[in-house]
Amino acid sequence: MESDYKVKLEVFEGPLDLLLYLIKKEEVDIYDIPIERITNQYMEYLSLMQLLNLEVAGEFLVMAATLMYIKSRMLLPVDQQVTDAETEEGEDPRWELIRQLVEYKKFKDAALQLGQREEQQANIFSRQGPDTGIEADKDVPLAEVSIFDLINAFNDVLKKASAREDFREIMEERFTVSDKIEEILYTLRDRSEMVFGELFASVGSRAEVVVTFLALLELIRLKRLKVRQAEAFGEIHVIKVG
Amino acid sequence: MTLELKKIIEALLFSAERPLAPKDIRAIFAEATDEENPGMTEPFRNVREAQIVATLEELKIEYDTQQPSFQLVEIAGGWRLVTRSEYAPWLKKLLDETRPHRLSPPSLETLSIIALRQPIARADIAAIRGVEVDGVIKTLLERDLITIVGKSEAPGRPMLYGTTQKFLEHFGLRDIDDMPKAAELRLQAAALKTAEEKTEEAQAKAKDAMGSGTDAAPEAVAEAKATTTTPDEGQAPTTAQ
Repeated sequence: MESDYKVKLEVFEGPLDLLLYLIKKEEVDIYDIPIERITNQYMEYLSLMQLLNLEVAGEFLVMAATLMYIKSRMLLPVDQQVTDAETEEGEDPRWELIRQLVEYKKFKDAALQLGQREEQQANIFSRQGPDTGIEADKDVPLAEVSIFDLINAFNDVLKKASAREDFREIMEERFTVSDKIEEILYTLRDRSEMVFGELFASVGSRAEVVVTFLALLELIRLKRLKVRQAEAFGEIHVIKVG
Repeated sequence: MTLELKKIIEALLFSAERPLAPKDIRAIFAEATDEENPGMTEPFRNVREAQIVATLEELKIEYDTQQPSFQLVEIAGGWRLVTRSEYAPWLKKLLDETRPHRLSPPSLETLSIIALRQPIARADIAAIRGVEVDGVIKTLLERDLITIVGKSEAPGRPMLYGTTQKFLEHFGLRDIDDMPKAAELRLQAAALKTAEEKTEEAQAKAKDAMGSGTDAAPEAVAEAKATTTTPDEGQAPTTAQ
């Protein structure tokens, strides 16, 4: 049997990016993180990334452990909490993490503005040329949409598929990423754009959802498709490149 | 015939392939000669830097009012004539510059951290970002956007990184204080440093009643900062490309 595509995607975002994403999505206060809710969501996203075999940094697992630890400490009554050498007595167990998130967010915002400066600068020319010739990054992340937005959309489709699956006869199906790549490109043969949900309109099983999603990621990585989102947490559009 | 200072400076800016600092311009005036007509260059021999800065500012205002296709901007510690952004579509065609040369978010984040917290060790950058930065650091070094500025006194003596002249040029920044969020994030770092210095001082005083070397620490910081913002070695590979 011919071996199928091995989709090897590296996730450039780190655990702090995922946490900030979840905080924004859940519209919760960064200074008062509902640790149980955020931990559960974090674990859900982490398992989805593992399901997709994405290459996630080891730090994601370290953060998972940290979140679990904070969660367990929050459950204990204050007078029974063990205080370790580094934390002061009575200190909120979330504090260290919150401090780290707040600081990282400031740098992330600065980086965003720096990117805008770069964009403006690309339109300004001097005798030496547009600038001193920096090559475009090869490791540009998937798209203008973050990987977490994609995983979020993927999660919704997966949940629907699971709900449907209960009422279906389980047939043995074999889908390969290569097949799905062909299928997606065929759907887009005379169109330039489709919405994310359309990709999964006729998809039945969970396995098929996973394979279809991997095919999409691979096409994005190969720069055949790109994804765009008009507003934060809005609908994702899949667009043909070139 | 006497030439106008403003026109000479304009001619220099027009021909320069790098940002010109007022002290560069002053050096040019001090050294330039005209063998056939020594009287031409003589009046400008001792032009002061303040006068040059005033003239540059005057030129800038002039261009802003008259709106020619170019403008005078302060960038990477100097002044430079650049085109106005509305002419970009044609210039991109002329210079065959169609690909967007944008850095990725991880690169931009790492650069922001280094710019605002320099000199900084790799581990401290990773601590802020929450992920390893080895790969990003490597590409940023290769692109000459950052450079090694020294070694930390911390255990293992890790390398310390800072941004280069080319970094300022690439983003059109005047200096590090021109960075987005510079006031907030650099102040914080400075406050942290002073706090550290104070603890160190206190410790030193406790050990040694004389409390010698109180001024040594801030001086070292200023020195490190100076090498960071204007590394001369940052310029050479740029022109080689």
